[in-house]
Amino acid sequence: MGSSTVAVCRPSEIGADVRRPDGVPKTRGAFAFASDLSVEGMLFAKTLRSPHPHARIVSVDVAGALAVPGVRAVVTASDVPGAPTFGLEHRDQPVFASDVVRYQGEPVAAVAADDPATAVAAAAAIDVTYDVLEPVVDPEAALVGPALHPDGNVFRHLAIRHGDPDASGDVVVEGTYEVGMQDQAFMGPESGLAVPADDGGVHLHIATQWLHADRDQIAACLGLPPELVHLTLAGVGGAFGGREDVSLQIHLCLLALRTGRPVKMVYSRDESFLGHVHRHPARMWYRHHATRSGDLVKVEARVLLDGGAYASSSGAVVANAACFAPGPYRVPNAVVDGYAVRTHNPPCGAMRGFGAVQVCFGHEAQMDKLAAALGMDPVELRLRNALRTGDRLVTGQVVTGAAPVAEVIRAAVAHPLPPSLDDGLPMMARPGGAGMTADVADLRRGLGLAVGFKNICFSEGFDDSVAARLRLELGASATPVATVHVATAEVGQGFVTLAEQIAREELGPLDVVLADADTGVGSAGSTSASRQTWMSGGAVKQVCEQARRALVDRAAGIWGCAAAELVWLDGEVVWEATAQRMALAEILAGGPVEERCVHRHRPTTPLDAGGQGDAHLSFMFVAHRAVVDVDPGLGLVRVVQIATGQDVGRALNPLQVVGQIEGGTAQGVGLAVMEEIVLDHGQVRNPSFTDYLIPTALDAPDVAITLIEEPEPGAPYGAKGVGEPPAISSGPAVLAAIRDATGLELPRAPARPDDIALRA
Amino acid sequence: MSVTWPTRLDEAVDAAAAPAATLLAGGTDLAVEVNAGRRRPVAVVALRRVPELRDLEITPAEVVVGAGMTFSAIAAELAAAVPALAAAARTVGSPQIRNAGTVGGNIVTASPAGDTLPVLAALDASVELRSAAGTRTVPLRELITGVKRTAIRPGEVLVRIRVPPRRGAQQFLKVGTRNAMVISLASAALVVDEERRTVACGLGSVGPVPVRPAEAEAFIAGEIDWERLTVPEGAVARFADLAARAARPITDHRATAEYRHHAVAVLVGRALRRSIDVVPA
Repeated sequence: MGSSTVAVCRPSEIGADVRRPDGVPKTRGAFAFASDLSVEGMLFAKTLRSPHPHARIVSVDVAGALAVPGVRAVVTASDVPGAPTFGLEHRDQPVFASDVVRYQGEPVAAVAADDPATAVAAAAAIDVTYDVLEPVVDPEAALVGPALHPDGNVFRHLAIRHGDPDASGDVVVEGTYEVGMQDQAFMGPESGLAVPADDGGVHLHIATQWLHADRDQIAACLGLPPELVHLTLAGVGGAFGGREDVSLQIHLCLLALRTGRPVKMVYSRDESFLGHVHRHPARMWYRHHATRSGDLVKVEARVLLDGGAYASSSGAVVANAACFAPGPYRVPNAVVDGYAVRTHNPPCGAMRGFGAVQVCFGHEAQMDKLAAALGMDPVELRLRNALRTGDRLVTGQVVTGAAPVAEVIRAAVAHPLPPSLDDGLPMMARPGGAGMTADVADLRRGLGLAVGFKNICFSEGFDDSVAARLRLELGASATPVATVHVATAEVGQGFVTLAEQIAREELGPLDVVLADADTGVGSAGSTSASRQTWMSGGAVKQVCEQARRALVDRAAGIWGCAAAELVWLDGEVVWEATAQRMALAEILAGGPVEERCVHRHRPTTPLDAGGQGDAHLSFMFVAHRAVVDVDPGLGLVRVVQIATGQDVGRALNPLQVVGQIEGGTAQGVGLAVMEEIVLDHGQVRNPSFTDYLIPTALDAPDVAITLIEEPEPGAPYGAKGVGEPPAISSGPAVLAAIRDATGLELPRAPARPDDIALRA
Repeated sequence: MSVTWPTRLDEAVDAAAAPAATLLAGGTDLAVEVNAGRRRPVAVVALRRVPELRDLEITPAEVVVGAGMTFSAIAAELAAAVPALAAAARTVGSPQIRNAGTVGGNIVTASPAGDTLPVLAALDASVELRSAAGTRTVPLRELITGVKRTAIRPGEVLVRIRVPPRRGAQQFLKVGTRNAMVISLASAALVVDEERRTVACGLGSVGPVPVRPAEAEAFIAGEIDWERLTVPEGAVARFADLAARAARPITDHRATAEYRHHAVAVLVGRALRRSIDVVPA
């Protein structure tokens, strides 16, 4: 269980295209994901879920399940020894529903049995009597309707009032937009293995994004002190925000403690769709005011996010949606209201782009409308209003870091266009692909541009920190080895190479071992918010710098000189006065060097009642130009090319940056044309990869990339995060391109075949 | 669960006679059902080792397709003889699915979205069923009786599909929301027979069983100049409209009935334009 990666020595400093050590094992099927965990004598667990989005639980009778041979334990709400509820921001979600269920798929009980089939049969043998109630699935109705939970229905209302609320412009455009519910659609379903410990605690091996947040919620619900709950990261098969919340963690630990045996659980695919949070669906109203020459005067916006049944991270998501609602433009006056409300739809929380994605569909459609109303080129309008360093956001915060908005726009539109439709197009590359539905004469090509931005790291005064430990010692054959220990969840983002690159950059050529991420070291925060390069990367850098000072001190002791006379140069300590050098291996001959640190970024502040404050640390900017072919007759779209300029600060591993951009682009394109959780009265109608469609290789566009490298002050090596921006404006650019091709308004993402063909 | 692996057709028919027998061909439908817990087979008869089920016979009188031919094999081997069937096979799932799934499996599953079914319907194909009681041949339109329902009797093995000869253009078009690996929202097959001067049309995913729009077929056959193989422009829209009127689509999470109606008309019109030169009225 768990695997340390010992890197072979190779050129791998900052800026190099270092390959992932787990890349080949993953492509060969040799990498151990959490679903591959196995230990002698383990039991298998299954969750019983509510089939109803809203119902009162009249009774739960587990006798039938206990009577199934091979069943070792059945647990329900009454078996939860500690806090009955959990949650990332507000602990409002029951471990098991006891009196009422608030969404389809809400856990009611869990079973542990000798084998998976017995667990499934036993869960089905639990007799739950429901009094089925009408679900409230319209967020507008929930906003003003009776409380669906003791904590009420409004997770958060953020009002931003900036400048003169009565300001108005010569030209005004208005629009209403909608974004459907997207799923993270990670390949590796939720999986974990809980092992009871001798000290009365429990050890959970788990695919997650944030070990310590899981630990604290588990411990509270188990009624255990946190130090008795130990977590180790297991192989993660994708996350994208969907593993930030607790899913099976508490159930597994509870069953392990109850049975005294290791317990494993792996969600089925349909269960996974019900078992994790999704991207918030959004309804947005916008009114933009501008001068006749095209300067933005005021943005008014109302953003309503459907948070589903429980809070998850709705508060932070709606804060982002409100803060970034105007887009990366200079807006002197703003009136923005963001709401996240509770309904009986599936809970929504973190997903790549976190609130910035939804509003980007709104603000970019508005910018195109405004350009049309002004008779102005949409690129020109955006360049004219593009944020620059020193400009003020609608939250009153001055952007002090790099803000190359004009640069990312110019880079995106500078890429050569793909060959035109007149040059012909292979059938598989047309809309409809293998279905051979379109002749070239049936197609229309469109172009669209969109620009987006988002915060890096946690905001609004959150104490964002990463603890790191480093041990330097001589390994086999007396070569120096650095062991880096952080609790950073590797979910595919590439910290696995970055930790190694930073250690070598700071300490010279040496073997680097990245110890298992676990709760044996302090928190690394979540692998989210595009923050781990800055935060965990920064922590590794900081602890290496400390180690360098310790090495210099030790060398000074050996030579009997003052440390101030020595410098660190190319992996050696150099005494410049005597031209003597001492290699790392020589210094470590005296014993290991151990250092630890806690890395923090510059503090941020909460937003005040008017939504004003320096709430964010730093921002990432991005622009996408989409080229699409549309078959208006059938409403089918193929995205031909996405050209992007992305503000990355500095690319620490350009190969991985390209990987993030290509993957994030596919996710953005998916939201624009196909990805949606289809709901019918709170019921998920498509919980499978048969019906929740994500782009295949035939649907993924060519991606033309320009990295804008303007180092970010205060960021380790000047690097910004890169994971989220590709998913922010790529989808809105695709929508704009479909509008260009069809002349349709298309206020909703995804643009479904019906939306195009029946209106064309 | 027991599994038997017959290697000859008569062994397979004997094994299929067991009351609890479940026939397994490519497994691309059955395994999904089993994994989802909807079926728990007790006696599986695996057909993949029966070579007769993969026989292909192409003669001027008939094309006989072994029920165990995979979609990949059909796409490769029938591209010239029955191009619409090959085109439909190419739209099924992913390469892995096409390498495993069979045309016989597609028929017995009888899903409204089964990709080869509208083609086989338009081709007036029939299937040969064999059991201990003997062999019978049933037209496809009588075989498929409803959503995932067929007239196959217990103990019968679908052995081969008989496709009568057709001389003329064939088309298959399928709408899905992505470019591959997608369940059809609507599909259309068009089979022109210049000898009999007929146009046959099969519509998929727009009714419980494949739809043959008889009125549309008769109309367009009368509009075509069979000597020149042309059709007047004005007839195309009418043909498409008549064909769509025969459709009985439903609204589900994949698409609305309104869209399916619309899409079928578009597909049929395009299929005709690809098959017959359209001339100004």
